[in-house]
Amino acid sequence: MPSKNGCHDNAKFLAKRIRVKTLHMINAARSSHVGSAFSMADLLAVLYTKILKIDPDRPDWPERDRFILSKGHACAALYVVLAERGFFPVTWLDDFYQDGSRLAGHATHLGIPGVEVSTGSLGHGLPIATGMALAGKRSGNAYRVFALLSDGECDEGSIWEAALFAPHHRLDNLIVIIDYNKIQSIGTVKEVLDLEPFAAKWQAFGWAVREIDGHNLEQIERVLTNVPFGPGKPTCIIAHTVKGKGVSFMENKLLWHYRAPDRDELAKALAELGDGE
Amino acid sequence: MRGAFFRTLMTLAEKDDRVNLIVGDLGFGVVEEFAQRFPERFLNAGVAEQNMTSLAVGMALSGKVVFTYSIANFPILRCLEQVRNDVCYHNANVKIVAVGGGLSYGSLGSTHHATEDLAIMRSLPRMVVVAPGDPAEAEAATQAVAAHPGPCYLRLGRAGESSVHCGEIDFRLGKAIQVRDGKDLTLISTGGLLGTAVQVADSLHRAGLQTRLLSMHTVKPLDADAVLVAAHETGAIFTLEEHSVIGGLGGAVAELLAESSEVQVPFKRFGLPSAFMSIAGAQAYLLAQHGLSADSIASAIRSIVEKARAVTAVSRA
Repeated sequence: MPSKNGCHDNAKFLAKRIRVKTLHMINAARSSHVGSAFSMADLLAVLYTKILKIDPDRPDWPERDRFILSKGHACAALYVVLAERGFFPVTWLDDFYQDGSRLAGHATHLGIPGVEVSTGSLGHGLPIATGMALAGKRSGNAYRVFALLSDGECDEGSIWEAALFAPHHRLDNLIVIIDYNKIQSIGTVKEVLDLEPFAAKWQAFGWAVREIDGHNLEQIERVLTNVPFGPGKPTCIIAHTVKGKGVSFMENKLLWHYRAPDRDELAKALAELGDGE
Repeated sequence: MRGAFFRTLMTLAEKDDRVNLIVGDLGFGVVEEFAQRFPERFLNAGVAEQNMTSLAVGMALSGKVVFTYSIANFPILRCLEQVRNDVCYHNANVKIVAVGGGLSYGSLGSTHHATEDLAIMRSLPRMVVVAPGDPAEAEAATQAVAAHPGPCYLRLGRAGESSVHCGEIDFRLGKAIQVRDGKDLTLISTGGLLGTAVQVADSLHRAGLQTRLLSMHTVKPLDADAVLVAAHETGAIFTLEEHSVIGGLGGAVAELLAESSEVQVPFKRFGLPSAFMSIAGAQAYLLAQHGLSADSIASAIRSIVEKARAVTAVSRA
């Protein structure tokens, strides 16, 4: 899938690009959620280079695969990917989150080609994705629906309503990917509301579950290429990730759910990432 | 109204294969025919209104026209954020249908009283809010919301309401229907109390007050012209609804009148207090307990209009 902006189909290149550009955006905007964007950067990179059937020239193409970012707070990374893939000009990223910008601090569909749904309040993305998957089945349309969830949002009851629904209706065109970085808003998942045994819960609800290293590009590609794992079964991929992955002083630190890197931190982080520009 | 809704929905589904119905595990004895005739377009989402609402949005964003159906507050309040963020923000072609508006489920208790729904739905951007007054309006409203390409809330009563309108009605979203004309005052009604409103108008007529009666089936967008013209021409405005006096039809009309400096008229909202019921009781009983019987309303209106006339007479003297 060639990109209009010269970004080739190299997931590793795109993953780095996501991290570098996101850092710049969050630094300029003095916004937050860099840790959440980094934990899913590799997942996004593989999805948008290897997996999703999409066409940036036709964002409303009826047969496209749908990607729903249920963890809407990490949207900076999604905006980067969409711009890099040519859904909208890269220059739109420059005023992310700032006064008068198109790009708000949670995933926004209004006027942003490629963003399927607006999210930001947790627990909404999966149920909407489930409805899209059901509509696809009912229309005999072969598209697939991918929903990327945070671990913290699995505290929401609405996630489990959809989790109960999808296997009952044999929605094997629905793929959930959970960015399991083990840190939620004000504590670790284990401290706040433990999800374990997490895989067993999804299995018990009737999903085909796989656990992967969410930063191993080959593993991510292999598992996503092979979905669904059984006819009639929706897929749940639990991606074990590291919050803030890629910048040593951000990794596994709750602080980087909130903090915007200052000028020195930005320079240090970019140096670690090898810049990538 | 419930019967009229389902009959109309089936007619719509025959003509338009985008029409889907999702129920939240309610509708025993009334949804079966739709489910049998259109099995591929019927869905029982289970007792899970949040998922039901977002599912509907996902389907609507994929080209379907989706009706969600449950009773009283369940399809709007349990899942209010889904209604706001998913349905309204995405301008999704979802029609939320609630049976049991107001005190329809009187004896079931306060959990089943939908008495703030109009206010809450009215405050949501893009939401069209419709509360038909009789089965004929319910039929027309069902057609109208299906034809409207965006979010709608359709508030129905239960089954077996009497018909107010005879023959064809001119039903358009956002346009009041004038049921009676009169020059002394205007009574504006929404929802299932339309029959009561007719009784009030009859009673006032017998007392020498000619009442203009408007059925304001669409609470949002409000037919501001009809209200302002009525205020100008009849000189007194009264609203009637089976809903809290806060924020529903009465609130909408009050907002409009308060900002219309050229028309200062006697005005009163007839509705329910912002309170939970402390007693059990059937719909008619609870309405009467709160002053919403035809006799109580008529006598309250008479005293307000007569007092206003007396004041005017004194100021002219």
